[in-house]
Amino acid sequence: MMYPKVGISMVRILERLGHKVEYPEDLVCCGQPAFNSGYWDESRSVAGKVLGRLKDAEAVVIASGSCGAMLRVFYPDLFAKTPQAQEAKALSAKSYEFSDFLVNRLGVTDVGARFPARVTFHDGCHGLRELGNKKAPRALLAGVRDLELVEMKDAETCCGFGGTFAAKFPMISTAMGEVKCASAFATGAEYIVSNDSSCLMQVQGLLSRQGSPVKTIHLAEILAQS
Amino acid sequence: MSDREQILGRIREALTVTAPKPGAHGTGAGHHGPAVSPGPSSTRQWLPLVGDSFEERVALFRTNSAELKTDFQLLNSREELTAALIKLRDADGWKRIGSHQGELTQVACDALGLPVCRTDATYDVRELEQCDAGVTECDALIAQTGSVLVTSRSAGGRALSVLPPHHVVVVRREKLLPDLQAGFELLKSKYAANYPSFISLITGPSRTGDIERILVLGAHGPKKLTILCL
Amino acid sequence: MKSVIQQFKEQSRVITKDLRHRNLIQTALGKYEIKRDEKKAAFQSWSSARQAAAEIKWEAINHLDKHLPDFVRRLEARGTVVHWATTAETARDIILKIVRDQKARSIIKSKAMTAEEIHLNDALEHEGFEVVESDLGEYIVQLRKEAPYHIVFPAMHLTRGDISELFTRELGSAPTDNPEELTMIARRALRQKYVTADVGITGANFAIAETGMISITENEGNARLTAALPKVMISLLGIEKVLPRMEDLALFLPMLATAGAGQALTCYNSLYGGPRQPGESDGPEQYHVVLLDNRRTELLADAEQRDALHCIRCGACLNVCPIYRNVGGHTYGTTYSGPIGSVITPHLRGLQEWKHLSFASSLCGACTEACPVKIDLHHHLLQNRRNSAHEKPSVIEKITFKIAGFVMNRPGLYAVVKKLARLFQPLHKLVKGTRLDPAYAWTQSRDLPTLPAESFKDWWKKNK
Repeated sequence: MMYPKVGISMVRILERLGHKVEYPEDLVCCGQPAFNSGYWDESRSVAGKVLGRLKDAEAVVIASGSCGAMLRVFYPDLFAKTPQAQEAKALSAKSYEFSDFLVNRLGVTDVGARFPARVTFHDGCHGLRELGNKKAPRALLAGVRDLELVEMKDAETCCGFGGTFAAKFPMISTAMGEVKCASAFATGAEYIVSNDSSCLMQVQGLLSRQGSPVKTIHLAEILAQS
Repeated sequence: MSDREQILGRIREALTVTAPKPGAHGTGAGHHGPAVSPGPSSTRQWLPLVGDSFEERVALFRTNSAELKTDFQLLNSREELTAALIKLRDADGWKRIGSHQGELTQVACDALGLPVCRTDATYDVRELEQCDAGVTECDALIAQTGSVLVTSRSAGGRALSVLPPHHVVVVRREKLLPDLQAGFELLKSKYAANYPSFISLITGPSRTGDIERILVLGAHGPKKLTILCL
Repeated sequence: MKSVIQQFKEQSRVITKDLRHRNLIQTALGKYEIKRDEKKAAFQSWSSARQAAAEIKWEAINHLDKHLPDFVRRLEARGTVVHWATTAETARDIILKIVRDQKARSIIKSKAMTAEEIHLNDALEHEGFEVVESDLGEYIVQLRKEAPYHIVFPAMHLTRGDISELFTRELGSAPTDNPEELTMIARRALRQKYVTADVGITGANFAIAETGMISITENEGNARLTAALPKVMISLLGIEKVLPRMEDLALFLPMLATAGAGQALTCYNSLYGGPRQPGESDGPEQYHVVLLDNRRTELLADAEQRDALHCIRCGACLNVCPIYRNVGGHTYGTTYSGPIGSVITPHLRGLQEWKHLSFASSLCGACTEACPVKIDLHHHLLQNRRNSAHEKPSVIEKITFKIAGFVMNRPGLYAVVKKLARLFQPLHKLVKGTRLDPAYAWTQSRDLPTLPAESFKDWWKKNK
């Protein structure tokens, strides 16, 4: 909703690679906010619709490690011991975070992109730890022409977003974000790249409040540049 | 009902439901497959590697000792042992030592020629506290970790190897074992019928990092650990 | 009195802005991280070692009905008196009785988190006994009348300057900024306490069922002295400490040292199998082992979170936790802080009162990744959230999620809400970052992105 460019970029890349992309227009959310807040019944009412609508897709590609983890890892938990348990497992098995899909399912690391800038990559926690996806985004960045990747200290440390956590404990969330921004700033990068929009919203929110020249950008947006 | 019965009753009741096996709901599973199960009998293969030959093990023990700030000396004769002890005595100006009955500790006591507080039978703790060094034997050396394996039976009780400011171990090189696993196997074969009440793996001189994570030796136990290996 | 959640929020607000604290902790743990990674790399396979350790703990905990009685039988056979305590109060009473029977004047203690859990020092001091903590870090926080800041590094929040001031004030020593001199001041002060103490109290890291021994891991030698000199020794441990076999230590001791302190092995790893045995020259005449339940059996009954009892108290999850690193150990208000504390405290002390700790997490999972026995820590936080919402839902949150669900399942309605949001966005500038701002929790410290003029859906419709 906040970052349409991410979705648009992803569609363009997939189509450039010769895939047919469908977008279930009536799906809005995977149900993670309610799930993470402990309201599993309410989460199921949203997630149940996702299960139904994506039943026939060959593969489901998600431009966020966090939503990806929800479909892949948490749907089977959410629907365990319900009549939709099997459906949840089936959806889990064919759901991919975008970079994981490109690299590990399609075997693509060069999408023909060019992005002349010095960047640092922030690992979104869900993509990194729930999905175990550390290498794919870096492999894709390595395939971008004129891009220089500089790893930051503690690239794997959480940015402090954490969904409703950011609003429930804003002071802790902000402190975490400040530590993250400081690590990124120390690399001298112009851009902080991530494959998770929510991390980028947190980091960008802090950077613009600090008046920092460092910018944030989603991995898909970089890959769509030429 | 006693507390014992209550606790054991609750345990039995709780365990009527089985818990999921470790790794069943692990993280990072993703598309990359589940964790491998090594089985509990073969943990040696995951731990730090130890070479097969005596030379490799001595070399490893030496490297570990250097890192731990243990003074490890491999000696080739009884004369070298005597000389090493006298050198320690003179360097630190020892006046009195603590020790116990043993083949090599006897050699050491004879060489040093100092008053000895013996800890083979009941002794005065205040007297041991006044000693400049505790000279002990041990059950084994562990190459993998640079440790000395002692028990109350092999090293003169519980206090001798920890109360004086300098712990000196005299040991024959046959006692060098590859790893912790071998150490525990030795304990079993040697003592299983009647274990000593105290067993310890001593890995370097006493240390602390409690102030700003800065290493300081000699927190409560010995500031110095010397291993004289014959 | 303020509720524990209010206290947690207030203290968090203060400490997260304390840059001196932030830098101190980042530096201290930065040093730990370097050593830990170096020691982990020496393993032939750290990940397989973790899996093996998790399986051994699984076996120990899921057959606790066998291993615990085995452990006790073998201890008792060699003259140890074993006591069972269902509650903290019972455990305190047992220890008080032993100490009273001895007519003890002074007690020396080595680090034991279970003793913190049952507030043992307060109980002993209340009865007029002198209790001295012998671990350097514990000694420092005891002098400051504070709880340990960390389960492994109790005084990590203090600088050498703080400690020098403390020693000058409490012990009359000359000021110094040399950590070695400070350590020697404490060494001298504590030496006499060992020699004169009548009773020594320790915790335990492991309880070996096969041989009936407890295992204590330390670096300083204070636990060894505590177990060697006083004529009575007491060890207080949770019932979950059991390992089936002695040789399991060949795996657990290096893993504990690596994960906990970044060491290949800590300085002293000692096994105690009883009081002084015939033919032995020292050691206590009496050895008492106190086994503590204190609601551990309730955690055991929760099969989903039972693995939280696998915990070996290494502190690795605290060390990597970005929440812990920013709020520090004291803010939690619990005996066990950090991720493991947030998981188990609701079980040990009540879900409703302590559930906020499960919400005070970004669920990043660094804890789970660091845990040497593979406790599914951050997923347990999610389960605590679910259980608390199920047991006692917040009306506001429940309604919010119901409405959100209702709107999101109706595309037409959702489109209207989105249009409204876009319409109202210019007005947001007027209140942004003030308390009138509905998004104040976010905007007090961060900017919000502006809503895009064209949504993805608009673009999709136009282009397809």
